[in-house]
Parts: sequence; C-alpha cells; structure tokens
Amino acid sequence: MPAYFLEALTVTLGIVLLIAEAFSTAPRRTWIGFSAIIGLVVVLALTFISLGPESLASEGKNWAKYTLWDLYKFDASARFYKIIALVSAIFTLILAIEYRSVMARFAGDKGGEEGTGEYYSLIVIATAAMMWMASAKNLSFLFVSLELLTVTFYILVAFMKRNVGSLEAGVKYLILGALSTGFLVYGIAWIYGACGSMDLAQITLAAGFEGTAGTPLLFGVALVIIALGFKIGAAPLHFWIPDVYQGAPTPTTAFLSVGSKAAGFMALMSFIAPFSHSPYAGKIFSALVILSCLTLIVGNFGAIPQNNFKRLLAYSSIANAGFILLAVAANRDDADALSSAQIVGFYLAGYLIMTMAAFFILSLLRVQSGSENIDALDGLSKRNPILAVTTTIIMASLAGVPLTVGFVGKFFVFQAALASQMWVPAVIAAVTAAAGFYYYFKILRAIWWNSPNHKEPIPFDPTSVFTFALTFLTAAILLFGVWPEPLMKLLNGVR
Amino acid sequence: MSFFIFLIPFVAAVAIIFGAPPRLSARVAGVATLVIGLYASFTWQCDCWTSSVPVLASPSIDLAFGFVNGISAIMVALAVIVTAAATFTGKAPEGREKLYYASSLLIAAGALGAFLSTNLFFFYAFHELALIPTFLMIGLMGRGSRKEVAWKITIYLGAGSLILLAGLVWLAREAGTYNILAMLEAQKAGKIDIDPDTQKTIAALLIVGFGTLVSLFPFHSWAAPAYASAPAPTAMLHAGVLKKFGLYGLLQLAVPLLPIGMNAWLTPLLVLLLGNILWVGLVTINQKRLDTMLGHSSVMHMGYIFLAIAAAVASSAAGKENIFAIPAAAILMFAHGISIALLFGLADRIERSTGTLDLAELGGLAKPAPALAFLFGIAGMASLGLPGLANFSGEVMVFLSGFAGRDPSSPLGPVQVATILSLWGVVISAVYILRAYRKTFQGATVNSTVNATDIPFFDKIPAFVLAAVLLVVGIYPNLLARLLQ
Repeated sequence: MPAYFLEALTVTLGIVLLIAEAFSTAPRRTWIGFSAIIGLVVVLALTFISLGPESLASEGKNWAKYTLWDLYKFDASARFYKIIALVSAIFTLILAIEYRSVMARFAGDKGGEEGTGEYYSLIVIATAAMMWMASAKNLSFLFVSLELLTVTFYILVAFMKRNVGSLEAGVKYLILGALSTGFLVYGIAWIYGACGSMDLAQITLAAGFEGTAGTPLLFGVALVIIALGFKIGAAPLHFWIPDVYQGAPTPTTAFLSVGSKAAGFMALMSFIAPFSHSPYAGKIFSALVILSCLTLIVGNFGAIPQNNFKRLLAYSSIANAGFILLAVAANRDDADALSSAQIVGFYLAGYLIMTMAAFFILSLLRVQSGSENIDALDGLSKRNPILAVTTTIIMASLAGVPLTVGFVGKFFVFQAALASQMWVPAVIAAVTAAAGFYYYFKILRAIWWNSPNHKEPIPFDPTSVFTFALTFLTAAILLFGVWPEPLMKLLNGVR
Repeated sequence: MSFFIFLIPFVAAVAIIFGAPPRLSARVAGVATLVIGLYASFTWQCDCWTSSVPVLASPSIDLAFGFVNGISAIMVALAVIVTAAATFTGKAPEGREKLYYASSLLIAAGALGAFLSTNLFFFYAFHELALIPTFLMIGLMGRGSRKEVAWKITIYLGAGSLILLAGLVWLAREAGTYNILAMLEAQKAGKIDIDPDTQKTIAALLIVGFGTLVSLFPFHSWAAPAYASAPAPTAMLHAGVLKKFGLYGLLQLAVPLLPIGMNAWLTPLLVLLLGNILWVGLVTINQKRLDTMLGHSSVMHMGYIFLAIAAAVASSAAGKENIFAIPAAAILMFAHGISIALLFGLADRIERSTGTLDLAELGGLAKPAPALAFLFGIAGMASLGLPGLANFSGEVMVFLSGFAGRDPSSPLGPVQVATILSLWGVVISAVYILRAYRKTFQGATVNSTVNATDIPFFDKIPAFVLAAVLLVVGIYPNLLARLLQ
C-alpha cells in the first residue's frame, strides 16, 4: 500500500466523523470518540505495511512514479513520527472521552454532550496534519501541514467556549501562533532567496555550495528556528506555554505537549539536517546550544514554585524540550553510535508515554475532585494506593529515575552531549535535572506525606478503557526503562 | 542464575504491594534470599551464576548478572545476611505494614542488583532503585523531623548520583563498553589507555559522586540525621549494605581503571578520610543520643575503608603489589555492615522497650535486659575493633596496608602519615562506644529502664545470627579472604 493513503484515510475519517456528528441526534457523543480510536488503530496497523517508492516491493508500480514523491517521503523517520502522532492521538481520544463531563459543561449549549462531538474529529484531523509533516521533503509542504495542525489547534485550545481560561488560552495561542507563522513564512522566503529552492535536498546542496549568499541564508534559518522554537516551546519563546496549557481542556493540553511538540521537533530535525555538515553548522548549532541551555534553565527552575499540577506539567514540557534540544544540538550522526535523530526520537517516544500518563492522572483528578492543584493529590496513598503507586512511577520517570524510560532518554542525551564535548551544557543539564527531582517529588510528597483533604476513597473502574490505557502506559514506562531495544528497533535507519 | 537473588526480594515486594501478607512474605523472601545468596557467594567462581540478556543494541547494554570478582561475593553475602535480619527486626507502624515490608525488600533488591550487576548501566540503576524506598521510609515512618531529613537525603544523594552518573558515562565512553567484566579484562590486557588528564577528571567525578553516597567528609552531613530518623530495617539496610555501594564502585572501577587519575587525588582523599576518622570521630563523642551517635560512628568508620582504597591506589602507582589493601577494604566493609546493622537493630529494640534513646535518660538496662546488653556489647566491641571480632581483622589489615611494600629506609609517605593519624580513630571509637555502653546498660536502673523488657525470643534470632557472624569472621577471617583469591 502506498504510504500517502495513510493521511488520506485519516483525514477522511476525520471528515466522515464530523459529518456524522452533525446529523446525529443521539444525546451521547462518545461513539464518535470510540470510532475515531478504532479508525486510528487501523491506520496505525497500516503504517507498518505501507511502502514508499524506495522499497523493493513498490518497484514497477504506477504510483511509485507520481510527482507527489518529490514532496512526500516515506522513510524510517517518517514512519516513526507517524506512529508517534497516531499513538498520541489515540491516547488523547481516550483522555477526551474520560474528560467529556468537564468539557460538556463548558462547551455544550444545554450542558449536554452535544457540544463535544466535533472535538474528536478535530483531533483526527490534527493527526493527519502531523503525519503529513513527518513526510515533508519540501519547505512549502512542511509549512502547509504545519498550518493545518496549528489552525486545528486554535479550535482545540478554545474548545470550552464558556470557560474564560480556555478562551484566554485560545486568544493567546492564536496571536502567538500567527506571529510564529509570520516568522516561518518570512524565513522560508529568505531561504528560497538564498538557495533558489524550497526542496530540502536542493537546500542541502546549496548550503554546501561556496557561491551561496551566507548572510541571507543564515537570517532565514534564524527566522525558521524562531518559528519552530514557538512550536516546541524553547525559551525565550515559551511564554505562551504555561497559560495556554493551563487554560486549554486537558486532552488538548496533552495533545499539544506530546503530539504537537513531537511534530515540532520532527520539523526542526528535518529543517536542520541540510545544514549539519555545511559551513554554517557551527553557527546554527551553537545557536541551538544556547536555546537548549536557556530552555533547560527556564523550564526546570520555572517549575519549582508551581502549585498547579497542569502548570507544573507545562513547565516540565519546556524542560523536556530543553533536553531534546540538547540532543539536537549535539549533532551526532556517527554510524556506530546513536545519532541525534535517534536520541530525539527515543526521547520523544518516552516523553509521550510518561507525559500522557501524567495527563491521565491530571484528568482523573479534575473529574474526581474538580481541582487541578497539587494539593488535590494530598493523601492519595490513603485514598487509592494503586493509583498512588502508579503516579509515583510516572513522576519517577519524569524526574529521570533509573529503570524508567525517562532515565534512558536523559541518559542518551547526556551521552550525546558528552560525546560532542559540550561540557557546560551537560553541567547545566545535570543541575537542572537535579532541580527536576525537586518539583516532581513535590507531587510524591503530596501523595505520600500529606494528609488527605477528603477521606472518601477515589473510585476507580478497573474495567474501563481509561484504566486499561493508564495501566498500559505505566507498564510501558517500566518495560522500556529496562528493555529499550523494541523502541530502538523502530528507530533503526532514522538518521 | 544469580538474578534470582535479586528477583526474590523484588518479586516479594511487588507481591506485597498487590496484597500478599506483608510480614510473612517478607520473612520468607528474606530467608530464601539468604540461603541462595550465601550459597552463591561461596561458589561465585562457577559460571552458572552469570547470565546476560541484551536490552539495547547500540550502545550495547545488557541486563547482565554475575559476580565481578570476590569483592562482589563478599558484598552479596553481606547484603543477604543483613536483609534476612532486617525483615525480622523492627515493628511496622499500625496500618503501614505493606509499605514497610515492601520498601525494605526493595532496598535489599536494589542493593543486591547493584552488587550483582556486571553492566555499568544497571549497576547504577539498581542503586537508584534502592534509594527511592529509602527516602519514602524516612519521610513516612521516620522519627523526629523526618520530612526535613528526607528532603536532605534526597537532595544530597540525588546530586551525588548525578555527579556519579556523569563520571560513569564518561568512563564507559573512554573504555568503549558498559560491560564491567570486559572493561576490567581490557584493562588487564593493557588495551584501555585513558589519558591522564581525562583520568583525573573522571576520578574526581567518581570520588565526589561515590563519596557522597558513602558519606565521605565533607559530603557526610546527610548520613547521621538520616540514620537517626530512619525506621530500623531502613537504617540497617542503608548503613549496613546500600552505603557500601560507593566503596564497592571505587574498588571495582576507579582503583583498577583509573590508576593515574586516582593517584593524582591521593593527598586530598587522605585529608578527607582523616576528616571522616578524626573530625567526625570527635563529633561522635559529643553526641547525646544513641541513634545519632551510631549514625556518626558509621560515617566515621567509612574513613578506614577509604584509607585501604588510598593504600591500594598509592601502591599501584608505585608499581608495588599491596596484598592487604583490597582484602582489608572488603572484609572491613563486610564487618562494618554486619556490626552497624546489629547496632541499629538493637537501638530500635532499646527505644521500643524504654521509650527513649537519649543517653542521659538511660541507665542500668543490663539488669532488666541482659540479652540485649550482651548483644549490644558484642556489636559495640566489634565496632571499636576488639580482637576476635570481625572488624578487628579488617582494621588491622587496613593499617597494615598503609605500610605494605614500604621501603623501611625511606621517609614516611602521605599514606603512612595518614595511617598513623587514623590509628587515633581506634581510641576515639573506644571512647564513645564504651561511654554509650556504660550510660545505657550499667549503673543503677532509672525511670525509663526499670520496667524495660528484654528482647523477645523471636527478635533474638536475627540479632544472635548477626553476632555469630561477627564472631566467626573475627576468629576465621580467611572464610571471606579466600573468596578473593
């Protein structure tokens, strides 16, 4: 099956669900969410049997000759980021179904579930955008898919239209998103001017060519890095993150911090790749080193005073962006060791697992207690011991305790930083990781040491999809922490 | 097959969390680990104990278990003995049995995993696994200002671990492998050649990193309050077993792989270890409570083991063989682990039967509790280095290692000077142990001790086993020393 069917199927699924939703009269809308999940699982399975024009099985096929392949690639890295997009969308949908009671209160006209139906199909459409991004070979293609993603997210963020926080977040995201789009287009224009092409392969050639005008090219690159810096939440372009994350509906926040961030990093990686061996590499990568150090410091130290769990996770997502940026900046691509692209991919996969799990806990907290503050977790060990143990594992992984997937990711990043002899950034990463222990353990302190505000136990339906998904994520944290090879296998050939 | 030694306490801990009867499961697991662990330690050369499962192809990391050498065997023996004793000691707070026993078993599993790992990655990872339940136990069930103490130990040990991690990653990078056995073999074959400047930096990271975990002066201030606050099994397992991880790491990695780097830091290391022995020793004398006194004494005794490490480094730099240094360090680690575990276990018993550990409020406890007094006497005498008990053989060898291979006509080197100064530590130990013993057990009974009870029969078993180990190893240290050959 040619790979471009994947996006076609996904976007069709999104549109069909949207239409079906419009004509539906049923009071409950969860079936849309479940259909979306089933559809995406099918697409996920198809990802493994899809082919690009390079593979042997597609030889002689008519579709392998389409001009589309000049814009669209399907290699190991495209496949990997499509998987990331699909998996994060599936978990986001599960989360959205659990969260619908809160969402219905602020989205529907009569407080019923009628208003929540479109939400599921928007997630599916955003997923298609991320999948397209993963296959971009050309800056124009990258730009269009990134815009599809961003525009969908404007709606997802402001979805709870009767909630001031959600609206405020929507406006902030809209304004800053538009600004970053401006930077992106302008940057691409400069690069086009300097290189004469928007094709990444052509840009690679142009960047190595002596006659290329260096200053305009670097200016364009800087503008694009700023635009992508907004998407991934790199300091000093991170201002929007805490407010938008806090205001947006929790499933949107989860999708934003996992899916959108992964897409942003994927875009950054494919954008940076043409320059990694060019004469401009030194300047570009030292700019990334500075960005990563700033992001590490802002994210980790900004998280320390937070009392709101959601805001804490927002800062944690900034902090993790710092670690990933450090791996990008290390610019490793030796054949016998892990390349930067592999480390970034692994880190993002691990980050997906543990951050999703953390948002599951957060949404449970919101649905059960109506609060998103850390003190709502007080005495959780007495109210629901199994949930307390689960949260402990998730927080330990976010902090980077060994035998969890979070540690393996950080471990690779440190290794890459040391291999590239980036001593100062490595020290900053170590110090800020230590700060991370402090704020993640603040949550553990609430769970285990503080006495509960309420005595009644937190109910917990052991048969629900939600519980199953949370168990699955927690098990994956531990499994990949001890046995990272299966994840690494997916990253084989990612360069 | 040695991963079973790790797996038994680990699986038991998980089972307890999911509802197995806490105390019974913990004790059964403790005894099972003891039996298999001791058997494995005494037959460690057998290939049957090694196993390895690749978990990552690039960089190549294996979940590899086995014995690196005889030092690992001695540490495993120590760990299983203390684990079994710890599961029989102390009393879980009402309603917290699950967490209490599961945490103890997790600490034991982590320590065993670290001593049995032959891969650097998991060597580090298992130690961290053991730290989390330690923090939890102190924070949840500790005495006194437990929360502050738990934060303090978390920050100290967390920072120490990160520094250590940097050193280990760097070391693995220079050595080109995470496999400890391969590293040591390559070193023997002369295939590892790390340049002196790099060695120096890595050695500094390892000394500070491992040193913080072992409470090397001046990174020691977390230790005494933590042990004083920790519940008995946690204090036994951490002070007795887990803390030895740092010394074990220095002995297995830093001393053989970084001879030049370690030698470059020899003098600072000697100064710091004298800080442990003399400075912390004097602080120990000044303690007014039994638990803080034991905590400080455990910090102080680490100095002797560092002295043996320093002697090994100095001899190898001079190109001489030091037959005493490594056995001294290994035997003293074992002896100290057993004796401090016994002391913490008994201190808990004293507190439970008298309600206080303040030395000023204790007195004459030997009358109502003769067995307790006898056991505490044995452990205390062992701790101060009385001949015939395990610590003596270790300490004597440490002092001998300081002078081993010295040309009698040459002037005293820094190691010899440090050895002579550290001999004063024996006097210091004698002062505080004997004073504590007199204040606690001798004289007339006071309010708190009049109605004190002796150790009940079941609690006597682990204490007597530990005391017997001290005696057996003291009389026949070769039992352990021959494991090193």
